[in-house]
Formats: sequence, C-alpha cells, structure tokens
Amino acid sequence: MTTLTAPARSIGSDVGWWLADSWNMTRRELAHWARRPWQLAIGLTFPVMMLVMFAFFFGGGMRVAGGGDYKEFLVPGMLVLTMAFGLEGTMTALTQDLNTGVVDRFRSMPMAPSAVLVGRSVADMLESVVSLLIMVGAGLAIGWRWHGSFAAALAGVGLLLLLRFSMLWCGIWLGLIAGRPELVMAVQILVWPVSFSSAVFASPESMPSVLGVIAEWNPLSATATAVRDLFGNPGVGGASWAAEHAHLLAVAWPLAVLAIAFPMAAARFRGLSR
Amino acid sequence: MAGHELAIVAEGLEKSYREKKALDGLSMTVPSGTVHGVLGPNGAGKTTFVRTLATLLRVKAGRAEVAGIDVRRHPEEVRRRIGLLGQHAALDEDLSGRQNLDLFGRLYHLGTRRAAARADELLERFGLTDTGRRPVKAYSGGMRRRLDLAASFIIDPQVLFLDEPTAGLDPRGRSEVWNAVRSLVGGGTTVLLTTQYLEEADQLADRISLIDHGRVIADGTADQLKAKVGGDRIDVVVRTAGQLQAAAAVLAGVSGGAVDVDEDTRRISAPVADRMTALNHLVRALHDAGIEAEDLAVRRPTLDEVFMRLTGDGGGRPSGVREEESV
Repeated sequence: MTTLTAPARSIGSDVGWWLADSWNMTRRELAHWARRPWQLAIGLTFPVMMLVMFAFFFGGGMRVAGGGDYKEFLVPGMLVLTMAFGLEGTMTALTQDLNTGVVDRFRSMPMAPSAVLVGRSVADMLESVVSLLIMVGAGLAIGWRWHGSFAAALAGVGLLLLLRFSMLWCGIWLGLIAGRPELVMAVQILVWPVSFSSAVFASPESMPSVLGVIAEWNPLSATATAVRDLFGNPGVGGASWAAEHAHLLAVAWPLAVLAIAFPMAAARFRGLSR
Repeated sequence: MAGHELAIVAEGLEKSYREKKALDGLSMTVPSGTVHGVLGPNGAGKTTFVRTLATLLRVKAGRAEVAGIDVRRHPEEVRRRIGLLGQHAALDEDLSGRQNLDLFGRLYHLGTRRAAARADELLERFGLTDTGRRPVKAYSGGMRRRLDLAASFIIDPQVLFLDEPTAGLDPRGRSEVWNAVRSLVGGGTTVLLTTQYLEEADQLADRISLIDHGRVIADGTADQLKAKVGGDRIDVVVRTAGQLQAAAAVLAGVSGGAVDVDEDTRRISAPVADRMTALNHLVRALHDAGIEAEDLAVRRPTLDEVFMRLTGDGGGRPSGVREEESV
C-alpha cells in the first residue's frame, strides 16, 4: 500500500489554495441546501408569508405619511426585514458548526482557516440573493411596482445586499461569541423588537416620541427609506436629519457595523486557539 | 519525510484557563511508530495536551514538536502530517458519510478525483460502504465513530491523535476502535491515545504516561508502572466479616506493606516481595490463627491500583492504602 500524503503548498499558490478552500466550504453549504430542501424552502417562504400578512391583514388600516399605497410602502420595508433577519440564520449555522466540533476538524487540516468563514458568507449571500428575487416576485404579485429607472432599482438592491453583508458578519461574530443554542434563541427573539422599531412597517413620525427617535436612527430605517426613494415608492421624507440623509446613512450604517463586526469576528475566530 | 526518531516532543507546556492550570509544565517524548497512552482523570489536561499538539491551541509556555516540526511556528506543516479524532464526532451531520470524506479530501488538497476515490476507499475500509450515502445524523454511535476515524485517515497520518476514542461506545464499538488502532500501528503510524480507561491503555499502549493536574506523574510500560506499586500482590477473601481485622493483621505481618481492606467483599490485599515464600507463610499463619480463607490468590497489581496510589486519590477506598512505598 502506498502512503497518501497531503501535497505541500508551493510558493505562490497561496491565493489559489485560499480560493479552492473557500469554494469547497461554499459547496458544503450548497450541499446542505440539497440535503435539507424543506428547511431552505421554509426560510425562503417565511418573509413571503410576513409580506402577505402585513399587506392584507394590517394593510387596510395603515396610512402612509404623505399619502400613497401601503403595499408600495411595505414591500421595500419587507426586503429590508428579510436582509436583517438573515443575521440569525448565519448565527445559528455557525453556532451549530462550532458545537459539533466539525470546525475543529477543519482547523486541524492544512486548509486556509479563514475559508470556514468565507464559505459561510458566500453561501449566505447567495441565499440572500435568491430570497430577494423571491420577495421581489411576491411584491410584484401583490401589486407593488418600482417607478424609477432600472439603474436606481439596482442601486436599491445593492443597498439591501450591503445591509445583509453587514448583518452577516454581525451573525458570524455573535455566533462565535454565543457558542450556545440558548443565546442563539435570545438573539432570535431580540431581532423582532429591533427590526420593528424602525421605518420597516410604519413611519417613525407615527410613533411615540422616544421610540420615534430610535426608529428614525435605526440602521434598518436608513436602508428602508433609501430603497423606497430609489424604487420611487411612497413614505420617503420626514423632518429629521436621519430621514433627510437616508442615502448617506444607508451606506454609512452597514459600513460602520462591518468596521466593528468584521475585525471582531476575525479576532474571535483566531482566538479559538487561545 | 519519515525517520524522525521521536514523533512527539513536548517540553514544559503550560496553559491556564483563568486561574486553573490545565497544563503545568508537561513534558513527554514519544518514539516513532509506537502507541503512547496518556492516562488521567477528567480535567487532568489530556484534551488540552492533544489540542496543543494538533495545532488547535496555543500554549503560554513550552515547546512542542510533532513529526519533527515545531507546532507553533509551522502549524500548517504539522497539519499535513496528522490525523485527529476528538472526543466528539467532528463531522457534518447533514451531509452523507461520503460527502464528508470527499469534502475533507478536497480540503487536504488531494484534488477532486483523488478525494472522491479516497472517500470510497475509506468507506470500504471502515465498513461503511452501504451507508455512505445516508446523512450522518442517521448513523448509530458506533458508525459515527468509525466515520470520524476514517476522516482522520484522509491522508496516511504520521502521527494520529485519539482523544478518548471509545468514550460512550458500547463494548462492540470499543473493540472495533481498538482493532482499527492495532492495525494502524503496523503501518508505522505513531499513535497518541488519551483515555480514562486503564484497561484501554493496558490493551493498546506500548508506553503509558499518567498525568494529573497538567503534569506527568509517572511513565513507563504498563508492567513498569505496575512494578512501581510493589510488584505482586496477594488477595485473601475470608469467610466471615468478623475475621477480617485478624486476617489483615496476619497479612500485614507477612507482607510488611500496607494492607487494603474491603469490607463489602471481605477481601484484603497487600503487596509482597517474594510470591512463593509469602504464599507459604501466609497459608501457615492463617491456619495457625484459625482464620478460614474462602479464596487466596497472587496477582499483579492493576493499573487502577497504580493510578490510585500515584495520584493519592483514594477514591472511596479505606484509609491505610496511602503509603507510597511498600515491600
């Protein structure tokens, strides 16, 4: 029997290996989709269900500040919510990996350790794109339309994915800190009040004073308002600085979150060997 | 690549978690091609030691080499040469057995085709061909352990770390793992095995290190360690509990060492220097004292006794067994 040894990394093949490792870790996540199609389907259907509930159960009683159709107001908000809720998916998956010990096996193999996190984020971003497409389809089905240019709409989608990317790294960071399923559950509960105290479902102006201020400055409000503007949907505007500079904040907030979450997550991941 | 005489060298490893010292100046060497048992109770530092050697943990002080390579300075080179079986199955539960092995093969950079071929080969070798396409979460405990073991053989490791490989397995699963370990050593792989089971170390290991509180308290072959607690022992079971103390006094006179007394089984036990002389004297002395023995036997001490004695942990045993040296 011949002995099978792991090939050594030759000089200059660093990037190639890193790409290969990252792709293999991404493939692993895609294989999970194929293995658990129902879980994927439920994850993708949940926001559609929320959209339908809010559009038809509450929508009749909702009034958009400055006038306009509530469905037109709601769809961009739901897109934002879908991106934000991605945080818990990322966090849960990472916590599970850490708990089963499979991450230890990866770390004991001659692969690029960062590929573990890169694979996770590429797969989650792919899922988010699919989720966005489905939600846009659902929005069109219930009568939502975008009125601006195609380029503006694309810019809106870009803002949504930027938000998702920042939430993703928050999820990775929290997943690395949490380590335990109980804490994942706490985050799963907390995302509700945090996302609802924003301009996702209603205008902050309609809320009690303190909550209204919180909602105005909520990062999700910035993205929701900016996306509404780019799609040409109603509900844009408001007297506050935050509402007037929604585009700026929709870029600045996620970048600020990333500037904290990314290095913290990276340090935490390296710190697994401490 | 092979040919390092020492597969593992550890010198003065230190590691603390908050106040608790997990490794407290641990040193150990393991010659290539041998099975080395690391024996110790829960919390002795076994897992911390293995994780340090397998590049998963960085120690505060000390130096470690695996296959002749410094663990801290060249972790990736070490990773190319080791296999690791942790305490808990390190597998992707949602993927099939085959998908797991195929993924690991790719991450070892074997290339697509070789990774797939290796996955099939390992499934066959570990008797998992039939279940290779089922998700791991549907596997039994023993099958999972076998797949986990197969995953430590994606490459043929120069050094294999087994951290409590049979914890939680039924006797059948345990003997499966033991057989796998024995077959490996033939291939020249060095195995570092941690265990809480004395029997397991006795069965598998060429040499054994006893560790407690993060340091080695004794090492040697199983026989050498047993000799440390005073060579042969004589066990006597008396017919009635009332004669226990009298019999213990007689045995103490013959042995000269400490006598263990177990009231429940009416058994007394003590180390002896010369087994035949001691046996002769004891039979006569018991007879003279009018003590009826139900059973009488000369035996080697078990590793259990070695361990209890060296750690100073009586573990519910009666006092009087604590004396260090006997004979």
